[in-house]
Amino acid sequence: MDLPVLSNAAPAASVGGGCAAGGCGSAPDALAHLPEHIRARVQDHPCYSEEAHHYFARMHVAVAPACNIQCNYCNRKYDCANESRPGVVSELLTPDQAIKKALAVAASIPQMTVLGIAGPGDPLANPERVFETFRQLSEKAPDIKLCVSTNGLNLPKYADEIARHNIDHVTITINCLDPKIGAQIYPWIFWENRRIRGFDAAAILIEQQQKGLEMLTARGILVKVNSVLIPGVNDAHLKEVSKVVKAKGAFLHNVMPLIAEARHGTYYGIMEQRSPTAAELQTLQDECAGDMAMMRHCRQCRADAVGLLGEDRGAEFALDKLDALNIDYDSAMRRRKEVRTAIIEQLESKREAKARTAAGVNAVIQNAADGDATTPIMPMSTVKNALRPVLMAVATTGHNLINQHFGHAREFLVYEVSSAGARFIGHRKTDLYCGGSEQCGDELGGVPAETTLERTITALAGCEVVLCSKIGYEPWSRLEQAGIQPNGEHAMEDIETALCAVYGEMDASGKLAEKPASAAKAA
Amino acid sequence: MALSITEACVNCWACVDVCPNQAVYQDTPVFAIDADKCTECMGEFGEAQCAAICPIECAIVDELGIPLNPLGSLTGIPAEKLRAVGRGLNEQTEYA
Repeated sequence: MDLPVLSNAAPAASVGGGCAAGGCGSAPDALAHLPEHIRARVQDHPCYSEEAHHYFARMHVAVAPACNIQCNYCNRKYDCANESRPGVVSELLTPDQAIKKALAVAASIPQMTVLGIAGPGDPLANPERVFETFRQLSEKAPDIKLCVSTNGLNLPKYADEIARHNIDHVTITINCLDPKIGAQIYPWIFWENRRIRGFDAAAILIEQQQKGLEMLTARGILVKVNSVLIPGVNDAHLKEVSKVVKAKGAFLHNVMPLIAEARHGTYYGIMEQRSPTAAELQTLQDECAGDMAMMRHCRQCRADAVGLLGEDRGAEFALDKLDALNIDYDSAMRRRKEVRTAIIEQLESKREAKARTAAGVNAVIQNAADGDATTPIMPMSTVKNALRPVLMAVATTGHNLINQHFGHAREFLVYEVSSAGARFIGHRKTDLYCGGSEQCGDELGGVPAETTLERTITALAGCEVVLCSKIGYEPWSRLEQAGIQPNGEHAMEDIETALCAVYGEMDASGKLAEKPASAAKAA
Repeated sequence: MALSITEACVNCWACVDVCPNQAVYQDTPVFAIDADKCTECMGEFGEAQCAAICPIECAIVDELGIPLNPLGSLTGIPAEKLRAVGRGLNEQTEYA
């Protein structure tokens, strides 16, 4: 069985007997939905494509310490080298230091295509430091793309300056459109020389965010919108946010789960506001997807992250190590160009190959739908519409292959597999978040295997199968007990092909007619 | 008459940027306010600008040592909750 990979456009359940035009054969990420001119602009941006992030690298430089609002999910005191999440940073840089670091990274990692400024505060509350960094970098490494994230409060004020600096991607964090909801997320803002609180603060922030979004799209700048999903606060509201920001021209919506733990010292963490489950996040992303391209692979990076998504090589480029590096900047830039061209060619040829396969399958489905009973290959969607979709997790280090040992995986890609194909829906982390003082320092490597396995099983809630290159006996039986079938039979195979094969086997053995074994445990 | 900065400060630069008198300067371990330059923004703004943007409770105090943003005034986290979270969080505060 060779079925196409579905896009994120719609849940498989609504696909019915065939695929929506243009929805098939696409890359397993939001890029496929973008108009061609936008896709071309973001194809080498590691943050916008599950595929590209395995090939291209980004770095964040922490030149923006000040902030002009308080969010209930942020603690301005926080800094931990073991944490990977937004707002966390170990080393604050001046613009000159940031440029030195960026050029060193771009010379050592030729896949680097993007420099972002995301904090640790709000970049537009630090306009001089931020724009000076952008100015110097576009002078010294004009091939590196620039992007910036903001809470949006100062966006209208700086929209023209952003356009002047040739920043082509801006991310605005928009958590709500309703100040009543905003008042539960933002305790205060600093606005026109005053600290403003509650409803009034949220109303001003929301107005500026929306105005800023409109100004940026009017200037041809790509805008992605981030939203933090906060159960019981803005969960029911985010569909409306998605609809409105899309109408105003945002090209991508990224709904991220709230990270809230008491040890982070945030308001939500201490007040025991819970984070969404993986299933809740997925449901909301699916509900929003009808309105807009959704982003499913965001890794919620640190404000000083360096390297490929999911990895952080920041420590290698700490300031005190930079002086020892001897860099030929011109040859580094030439090398980046070569590497980038080669990667884009490789990705393009993969994309074309997939499109060809998809076109073939679409034709078959169309024939079947037209009542052409002589069609030799019948996609399952045309014979058994009632088959239920199955969530499957994959351990991979990239290249679209099942190539990672179960025990080495720090995150799993999750796909929804149905009779219409495999649809990438997101990733689940296992142990990326620092476990607090009991796991810090000396004991970091000594977390009991038991605990790690428990956490992994919890992270995989709702999945019925986990595919990996290899797996040990102990985790195998524990996974089985939890209703998750381990599968090491497709090592080094293409992910989508293997997923569809496993789905076919489940169908053949009657498992798709049964309720999932893990139903009771699913979140 | 001048404000000053306590060790609760996290060196985020926000006050440096908004001070109308350039009274805030980088010092170790935390930023400091030049008492000769600080006017507490009297006659210029309705509230002292450093205290109006500072995200950290108890980081900016007046001449009597009274915080302009007392505990619980910025994050809304009740003091008893903060105590309940206990040692781990206190260590972070000291570290910061």
